[in-house]
Amino acid sequence: MAFNIVKEKYRNKISQVTIGATKEEGGTRTSTVTIGGEEALPFLHFEGNMPNRPVTALEVWDIEPPEWNECFKPYYGEVYSDVGEWARKCVEEYGAEMICLRLKGADPDEDNRSAEECEASVKQVLDSVGVPVIVLGCGKFEKDNEIFMKVAESGAGENLLMGVAEQENYKTLTAAALGYKHAIIAQSPIDINIAKQLNIMIGEMNFDTDRIVMDPTIAAVGYGIEYGYSIMQRARFGALGGDKAMAKPMIGNIGWEVWKTKEANAPESDFPDWGEQEPRGINWEIVTASSLICAGLDIAVLRHPKTLAVTKKLIDDIMVANSY
Amino acid sequence: MLVIGERINGMFKDIANAIKTGDPTAVQEWAKKQEANGAAWLDINCGPASDDPVSHMKWLVEVTQEVAKAPLALDSTNYDAIEAGLEICKQPALINSVPAEWPKMERVFEMAAKYEAGVVGLAMNEQGIPKDADSRVALAMELCAAADSYGVPMEDLYIDPLVLPCNVGQDHGPEALETIRQVKTLADPPPRTTVGLSNISQGTKKRELINRTFAVMGIAMGLDTAVADADDDELMEAIACARIIMNLDIYCDSFVEVYKDRW
Repeated sequence: MAFNIVKEKYRNKISQVTIGATKEEGGTRTSTVTIGGEEALPFLHFEGNMPNRPVTALEVWDIEPPEWNECFKPYYGEVYSDVGEWARKCVEEYGAEMICLRLKGADPDEDNRSAEECEASVKQVLDSVGVPVIVLGCGKFEKDNEIFMKVAESGAGENLLMGVAEQENYKTLTAAALGYKHAIIAQSPIDINIAKQLNIMIGEMNFDTDRIVMDPTIAAVGYGIEYGYSIMQRARFGALGGDKAMAKPMIGNIGWEVWKTKEANAPESDFPDWGEQEPRGINWEIVTASSLICAGLDIAVLRHPKTLAVTKKLIDDIMVANSY
Repeated sequence: MLVIGERINGMFKDIANAIKTGDPTAVQEWAKKQEANGAAWLDINCGPASDDPVSHMKWLVEVTQEVAKAPLALDSTNYDAIEAGLEICKQPALINSVPAEWPKMERVFEMAAKYEAGVVGLAMNEQGIPKDADSRVALAMELCAAADSYGVPMEDLYIDPLVLPCNVGQDHGPEALETIRQVKTLADPPPRTTVGLSNISQGTKKRELINRTFAVMGIAMGLDTAVADADDDELMEAIACARIIMNLDIYCDSFVEVYKDRW
């Protein structure tokens, strides 16, 4: 009885996006990251090439994060006030492949930092680490539109990944990224139809849609991860079947979602049955990250250094070719 | 459903004239226009008046490929002309077509395997077009078996149930649709399906309305492709819409534009 491996034939592949630029390429990065390019479902190496491995990023804030769990203090406490040192620690000590700088300080309800201050934070991170940098706004449309252009300008040549563009607010960021040659994150609210339409609208501004990274908005385990998971799968099936508008790599803010949950944060004294808080939170983040990586996530933005270590190991193992 | 643009056909005066004078302008304009409107293949047919189908087919393939990215569907009953075209096609083409008759199937499937081409297989034989779905499906099965024996994958076989004008062959309509549905159960993976869409409205009033209505009904039954007028915007819109309703494409507000933006 001969055994035949069933192999699906796909018509299309995911676009490949490079983030960061070295000196020769007009930037100052010492390494770049390339994601995407998948020709088959995640890690089905026997069916098609998966030329680039998913990458991990650690989240860094431009202000001391007011609501982060106490368990992060031993890792980041001494660098909370210095965004450059914080980023350096993430890369040199904890092994982050990218830095995700969240300009939360610009939030009018936080420090209401000016565009110039945001620009300075970006510079600080760029000066202190050599890995590619993701820059996120504070999440308030009006304020983000003030800072996007400045950040794009001062990061010119660095080939940043900037975010986020949303259906109701994508033009300023797209124009800034177009003018200063950055890649962008297109974020949709767990809605595949909006995800597709947003990619099209960004393309209509003459932005090269092969420079888009999709953020389908994911949720943590126990809080609706299955919605994001199935949307990511559907997007991948569509993309591989020929849907160009869906054929983009994907990013997920794992740390951000996980460390909002009660299960990650609650002390053992409140819920003795749940066990110790910190390992519980780390596991919550690992399980969320690994699940979504199996659904096709290309960049996992994490928060806990121990999550990062385990996730990288997991990616190492699952990237081992399983061709027959 | 994906459209095989029908317009580069010597039955049309401008194409016949282009073949006669050797001026590729009209051919290339239609190639670009059909492609821009979402045609997934371009049908190439020298027309019944051609006195030298082999060299005319070669010329049409050459000048079309100069401006078009879409693969070609070589449409002729002259298999030497088709083979001459296959030799110079830059990407796998479609052979349009072969009936369920030996030794035509032998010649065509051998060519298909050699050039990795797709084949449109007509559900008819020496006795003509069957009236009921069962007889059509029986012929479709013969085509599947023949394709398989020559190593042509089922995904490269496009069964055409043959549609007739709905004014004179009205009872054929439901039989053709039923054939499409049943053909999808013949193999795993199933063969693909196709029709010459414009035939359904030959000699009728409101041809475009009839064409697009049949297209939508066909898609609901599993119709994968059709030789059709890619320049008919309302047809392309109806197809794009039917694909959304059948969950073949992911919905977005610009679904019509996305369907047309193939290249």
